[in-house]
Amino acid sequence: MGVKLLLEKAHVPGIRYFETYRKEGGYRAVEKALKQMDPASIVEEVKKSGLRGRGGAGFPAGMKWSFIAKPEGVPRHLVCNADESEPGTFKDRYLMEFIPHLLIEGLIVSSFALGSNDTYIYIRGEYAWIVDILEQAIEEAKANGFLGKNILGSGFDCNIYVQRGAGAYICGEETALIESLEGKRGNPRIKPPFPAIEGLWRRPTVVNNVETLAAVVPIINMGGDEYAKIGVGRSTGTKLISACGNINKPGVYEIDMTISVEEFIYSDEYCGGIANGKRLKACIPGGSSVPILPANLLLKTAKGETRYMNYESLSDGGFATGSMMGSGGFIVLDEDQCIVKNTYTLARFYRHESCGQCSPCREGTGWMEKILKNIDTGKGKMSDIDLLWDIQRKIEGNTICPLGDAAAWPVAAAIRHFRDEFEWHVNHPEEAQKRNYGLAHYADPIHVPA
Amino acid sequence: MTKFNDEQLKEFNRLVARYPEGKQKSALLPVLHLAQDSFGGWLSAETMDYVAGLLNITPIEVYEVATFYSMYNLKPVGKYMFEVCQTGPCMVNGCDDIIEYIGTKLGIKPGETTADGMFTLKTVECLGACGYAPMMQMGKHYKEHLTKEKVDAIIDECRKNAAANN
Repeated sequence: MGVKLLLEKAHVPGIRYFETYRKEGGYRAVEKALKQMDPASIVEEVKKSGLRGRGGAGFPAGMKWSFIAKPEGVPRHLVCNADESEPGTFKDRYLMEFIPHLLIEGLIVSSFALGSNDTYIYIRGEYAWIVDILEQAIEEAKANGFLGKNILGSGFDCNIYVQRGAGAYICGEETALIESLEGKRGNPRIKPPFPAIEGLWRRPTVVNNVETLAAVVPIINMGGDEYAKIGVGRSTGTKLISACGNINKPGVYEIDMTISVEEFIYSDEYCGGIANGKRLKACIPGGSSVPILPANLLLKTAKGETRYMNYESLSDGGFATGSMMGSGGFIVLDEDQCIVKNTYTLARFYRHESCGQCSPCREGTGWMEKILKNIDTGKGKMSDIDLLWDIQRKIEGNTICPLGDAAAWPVAAAIRHFRDEFEWHVNHPEEAQKRNYGLAHYADPIHVPA
Repeated sequence: MTKFNDEQLKEFNRLVARYPEGKQKSALLPVLHLAQDSFGGWLSAETMDYVAGLLNITPIEVYEVATFYSMYNLKPVGKYMFEVCQTGPCMVNGCDDIIEYIGTKLGIKPGETTADGMFTLKTVECLGACGYAPMMQMGKHYKEHLTKEKVDAIIDECRKNAAANN
């Protein structure tokens, strides 16, 4: 049983409410931060912890905090990114739904560290019932003196507001989120200036993911150095993984990043193995944007070493033979799943979610969707595969925000590792339409544990 | 006549009060949700113009936002809207069968509303319920681990509720 820092108390009955959360040791981090520490020392602890952004990019959180500009007389803001929309990812929802006070507590400490008196949680619009849960938690915290004016006599004032989005994946990108928070279309801004200099209402702003901000609570309680001892290398602390697809136990798991991918998939403590007695074919380990890996490269690196559930190991081999930790959205595909069809649904997703600002992304995602649909339904040509490759290359790196890359990578990885399956679809149009595929048509069968 | 009642106005004021002086446009997304919920589940041009007036912004600023975000309905929808997720993780767990089943049962295709105005079927992209697939959103809540039997029960329940409210 690994270390649990975030979800350890998530199943205590009544933990959603202040009274129970407090009784279980909640809000100690706020007391410690506001009574014994100053903002600079909190930033220092977060730096020492090695905490990396849990939304997908993995950027060191303490360093991001240290970039915030402090011009005289200009308010600063902390914004919590709860616009969880990366396919395969549902960890933040779990945290907010079951232990909302952990996020509120992390937000209060972080707001104090950054000097944010008005802090916003931007939550995806579809999580409508979670808005009620968070607003209740905020009211309870306020009623108990942990929010509002002069918190715990420290002189620090803080309010937290929850704003609903309205169905746009792009608003998970921090500058699009800020635009949306200002009541506009979610078009990402050109950087620089970065939000730390000019963010919400052109004021210095830090945008952090839900899980990142919740992790500030154990970091303050135990100290950054202690936190950094958990995990391995630059993958410190714990990570929430939302596991889904063809597994026996889909759900949200907190791991300490020292376990192997094989253990995560097959152990009863986590995914519990592949559903219906099938074999593992492939996996997208960090949310739909990261490269898909065939089973053999997922469980072991190209060098034949065990692959682990952490930032470094998952990206071992670069995009040629590795993938990424990303948001922790772990999508498992069994032997009956069609890579072409799966890639098509993802391409459709990115076409739907492209904001339309940059032509490579706006046009390219539409092209990729159409071509993939043709191949999937037996209407593809062999030259389409090279065309797809060409289009994704022309999107990657040529857009204002990373949505272009996010749309390109899944297509590139699917062709890189499963080109024979695309060719098989082109050569067997009738069988492709009957969805008759599996591992059988592979020239080089994937090796998977029996 | 499109106008918030007292209770809705109170909520409108609560939303606007979260932002600094002069930044009331920031309330646009939440106010559009409120307007959609208040005026029949969709946003007419009249509704959008009314919101623009309340926030003291131009109508085009409201239109461009309303057309960008997928949760705002720009034409009338059924009393109950089934928004079924069709992205990767739901696909591998059989959402195609669920979409087809609902469509056949109600006699509509995705994007359509039943003749009695009761149900709208819509396909949507990832709603963050991948571990509980297949799933759909219905109003404020998610219906997860969908099966044909579960869909039958949901539709019966909707019909029963609608009859009770008439």
